[in-house]
Parts: sequence; C-alpha cells; structure tokens
Amino acid sequence: MSVLVNKDSKIIVQGFTGSEGSFHAGQMIEYGSNVVGGVTPGKGGMTHLERPVFNTVKEAVKATGADVSIIFVPPAFASDAIMEAADAGIKVIIAITEGIPTLDMVKAKQYIQGKDVRLVGPNCPGVITPGEAKVGIMPGFIHNPGRIGIVSRSGTLTYEAVDQITKAGLGQSTCIGIGGDPVIGTTTKEAVELLMNDPDTDAIIMIGEIGGSMEAEAANWIKADGNRKPVVGFIAGQTAPKGRRMGHAGAIIGGKDDTAEAKMRIMRECGLHVVESPAEIGATMVKALESVTS
Amino acid sequence: MNIHEYQGKGILRKYGVATPAGHVIENLSQAKDIIKKVQSESGSEKVVVKAQIHAGGRGKGGGVKLADNLEQALEHADNILGMQLVTPQTGEEGKKVHKLLVEENVYYPGEEEPKEFYMGILLDRNTSKLVIMASTEGGMDIEEVAEKTPEKIVKEWIDPRVGLQAFQARKVAFALGLKGKSLKEGVKFIYALYKAYTDSDATMVEINPMLKTSDSRILAADCKIDLDDNALYRHADLAEMRDITEEDPFEVEAKESDLNYVKLDGNVGCMVNGAGLAMATMDIIKLSGGEPANFLDVGGGANPKTVEAGFRIILKDPNVKAILINIFGGIVRCDRVAKGVVEAYKNIGDIPVPIIVRLQGTNAEEGAKIIDESGLKVTSAIVLKDAADKVKEVMA
Repeated sequence: MSVLVNKDSKIIVQGFTGSEGSFHAGQMIEYGSNVVGGVTPGKGGMTHLERPVFNTVKEAVKATGADVSIIFVPPAFASDAIMEAADAGIKVIIAITEGIPTLDMVKAKQYIQGKDVRLVGPNCPGVITPGEAKVGIMPGFIHNPGRIGIVSRSGTLTYEAVDQITKAGLGQSTCIGIGGDPVIGTTTKEAVELLMNDPDTDAIIMIGEIGGSMEAEAANWIKADGNRKPVVGFIAGQTAPKGRRMGHAGAIIGGKDDTAEAKMRIMRECGLHVVESPAEIGATMVKALESVTS
Repeated sequence: MNIHEYQGKGILRKYGVATPAGHVIENLSQAKDIIKKVQSESGSEKVVVKAQIHAGGRGKGGGVKLADNLEQALEHADNILGMQLVTPQTGEEGKKVHKLLVEENVYYPGEEEPKEFYMGILLDRNTSKLVIMASTEGGMDIEEVAEKTPEKIVKEWIDPRVGLQAFQARKVAFALGLKGKSLKEGVKFIYALYKAYTDSDATMVEINPMLKTSDSRILAADCKIDLDDNALYRHADLAEMRDITEEDPFEVEAKESDLNYVKLDGNVGCMVNGAGLAMATMDIIKLSGGEPANFLDVGGGANPKTVEAGFRIILKDPNVKAILINIFGGIVRCDRVAKGVVEAYKNIGDIPVPIIVRLQGTNAEEGAKIIDESGLKVTSAIVLKDAADKVKEVMA
C-alpha cells in the first residue's frame, strides 16, 4: 500500500512528445513506472518511447485503461489539459507545469470539483512511491522504500528532506509535492490526511512555506484527528520580507497569518515536531520515531 | 506585476469604472497645460497632485497635495516631481518620483458629506475563488479593519462557473448603505470592477477609497492593481505598463538572465536551485548568525552561464561578506554545477569574499572534489548542516 500512485498505476503523459515530457517520461520508465502511453493532440497514431501516442485523453484511457496522468503541457494550455484528463475519467492528475495563469486554475479547479478525481499540483515535482512508481520530475535514486510520508510545497527542498531520511537509514512510503501556486488541487491538509490514513505510513514530514493558511489548516486537522502519527514540520521563509514574491507564485506574505513564524507557532501548538533549520529534518524524525516506540 | 495608480485607473475607465478626471505629468514643462486641462474637464479650479510610485502611504510622505488653484498646483508639482518620497512602504531611502497624476478634487461640498468606502477584489486561497471585499471604513488599512472590526467587512464569493451575478453586486452595495442614485452607481461600479479584474488577469484590485461624492456619484478615488505575471503573455498592452525605474536595478538585471532574484538587506549572498530550498537556505544563513542578502533561485538548469550571472549580481551588493551556494542536484548533475562555479569564478577574476559551495544529490562527491582541487578560495560541503556550520565559521 501507499497513496495516490503504486506499481499498478497505469500512467499516461500529457505533453508526451515535447522536450520536457519526453525527457521525464524516459526517466519515469527507467525508474520502472508503468507508463502506458501519452497524449499529444495531432500526433495520435505515432509511437514514442516505445509507447502509443493518442490525440485525446479519452482515446488513451479507452485503449490503455490509464488511471493516472502526468501533465507537462505548456502553461497557456495546461488548465485545458487538466480538465480534459478529468473529463476522460483519469483518477489522479499530476500537473507539473509551472506558470499557469491563476484565473485559469480557478476555473479548472472548479471544473474538477464533484468529479471522482484528485489533482496534485500544478507547479509541483510530482508524486513518488519509492520502488513502485515515480510520477514526477524528482531524482529517483535518492529515495528508498520505507514508511515515512512526505508532503511539500516545493521541489528541491523535498529532495533535501528525502535525502536526509534515506541517509538516516529510513525510507519513504509516498512523497507528495503539492505545488507552490496559490491555487492547487490537493492542499497540505488533504495530502496529510491521505498519509495519516495510510497503514503503510508510520510518520509524516510536512514542509510548507510562507503565504496562505494551508499549513495552519493541516496542523489543526492533525490535532483534531488525535495526533495519530508523529509529524515533523518545517516552514521555509522565516527571513522572507513582507509583500515580495519568493519565487513561487504562492510564496508571498500578505497578512500576519502568512508568516513562517505564525505557521510554526500553530504547528507547535497542535503537537507537531517543528524544526527551525531544514538541516534538522532527518534527525528530528529519527527522534520522533524513538519517542513513539519507547 | 505592479502598475501605477494612473495606469490602473486607465484600465478601470476602459471597463466603465468611474474615476476622477485626471492626467499625468512626466516633466514640469507639461504641468501648466495638464493642470488647466484637468480644471477645464472637471469645471473646478481645485485639483489634487499625486506622486506616482509603486508604494502605498504616499500621502503620509507628502506625495499627495491639494491645490485650490493653478499657482498652488504648479508649486506642488514642482515640489513633488523628482523628490525622493519616503513612505511607510518604501524603506528609509524612499523612491524617486518620476510621474505625477493631476486629478480633480472630488471631495467638493454639496448636499451630503462625501463618504469613503473600501472596495477590493482578490483571490481567496482557501476556497480558490475570487472574493469581493467591501467596507464602510474607507481610507483605512483594510488589514487593520479586519483585525479590529471584522463585522465592518462584507465578503461575497464568486462562483467561477457563472461569474459575478447582479444580486451579489446589489448585496454588497446595500451592505455599504448605498441608496438611490449612489446604489445604482455602486452596483454598476462593482460589476465593472469585476470585469476589469477578470479581463486583465489581475491578482488584486483595491479601491481605497471608493468615494461617494456630495452629489452621490461613486468614484475610484485611488486604485491599486496587481497583474498576474503568468498571464501577461496574453495581455501585450498591459505588459507594456511595466515601469523598470520602479524596480531594483539588480532585480531587473537578474530577470534578463532568467534568474529569480529578490534583493534583501543582509550580508550573506546565496544562490540556490528551487524557490523552497532558496528560502530554506536564507533561513539557514540567519540561524548561522548572518542575514540573507538576497533570494536567488537559479532554476532547474544551473549551468556555468547562470551561475556566473548569479555571482555577478550577488557581488554587486557591497554588503555581501560571504556567499553560500546550495544546489541539490537531481536532474542537474553536481559535477557540472561545480565546473560551472569554477569556470564562473575564473571568468570573474578574484572574488573578494569567502564562498561556500554545498552540492548534494547526483554526483555530489565528484562535485566536491572538483571544488576542492580547483585551488580557488572556495569551501565545499555536502551535508546541509556542514554548510551551515561553515557559514557560522565565516561569520564569526
């Protein structure tokens, strides 16, 4: 078990024949992910990376039984690709694309609401269940199959946490990169909830950043849910100034609840193991696990 | 992207949002003609002269002045144009005023007292919907109103499938206590404002104050609009509104090299791949006893060219006493980044501050070896904690 993706996932790649899509689809296949085909409108009937190319997601689903889609479509067309995947009956949509206009995502998110589909991202590194399926752009080799779940708004900072966990002799159940945009499909709380309910996850790392209130919402939920598993938390941007966008479209301090300090305080109050330095994530997780077993 | 008040009002007018009569002065020789033009359009001698900079609180810094006649207006224009305007949002050094907006004074006396309101549209991140926020407490900081008297703020969420509905605009206008002519104008105002927001791909529109004049007109007395950078590709006309004189010159240069850079006030520069890790690296600098001099995300393709461009921008800041490079190599290989660092270092010549390079991920050991054997004054690290300790040593 694990969440969102596993060895049985049938994965298609939207934007399959483009440079990003080709490169990362190749890496995913090399990792052992079950990529069953791809979609590039107008290139249906071709074979790419020894897999069939389809004109529409609907055709791809019909021919391959795909249930997971990863999107590398350029920003101007990406929200359309998300809606197409949802319409075709894909169950898990993972949108990697960075730079989608916010109002496009407002519409796309509304469109998928009420449908039996989960969107992860956009502007995210994707999802990996180590040893089973890599559906994203993360470097596969740093991961190790195990029982720590990771939720994060950023890419390389997630890799950092993964690496510390692997080097501590532990491993990951599923790592979910939820994305750095202001409108995203799966929130911190929803991703944490998935891992909290996963019997193969013993503990969770929750990495947030300035902007929005997702981490506070997640922390409050963790407490209300009875702190069933230890959660190690970090918020990036303790030194970020107010009103400046720090790379990610969603990483901006507007009000006082947006700050790293405010989020970390709520997380502490809700019983999370909060680290001040990102260098301490792995060591803190080891300690948190020891305190549970002793 | 931020735009000026006069540019924002230009957008609003296009969508039928009522604004005071006004025109822009870019140099003093135009002042007389422009002021007269505003006076003749409004039919009143009284005008207001407003500094156009990308920062709020202009009135507090002396950047907004009322004038009763042409002479006074000219005097204000002469004083404000070219001044270094310091407001609570500009920092101590202030911002140079390159443009003025001259507008009719819409606070003229009449049947009723003029009344100020707050009207804003923004994205509610919790619901992923646009929300109209309005308040009877116009002219005040809305965050302060939200904190002290939250009951004075009305919110109306908009269903993206159908957009703003007439009943919602009415609801907001009634909640502000508008009646008769001002109610009708208020509803039209809200409707037009929403259209302006969605059609221009704004990320925030704030009308503070929205004014009810003494003869019950509803006008945008001030206006702050932020536009979605990611949507500018479909708004060539709006993209042209970018005013680089308002931006930090280092940031402008960084953007030209496709680097995501934000200038800060500290003494340790940093160069990182990925926005989250960049923020986390800034935090490490602080915890190690330094202060971050910048945010710099070199993105996924950290190559010799981007590394060199990053170095050059960081080194322009005289406050920088050390540089921490933190790269987590996934797709990008650490040995290539290391070669890039060495190459960039040699191209620049002698770099006067200590550099700590932390490379982790793909080929991290090879990368560290390249750095250590380069003979340059560069310290390598692999583990993040090790890098933090080395920053501490340098800052001690």
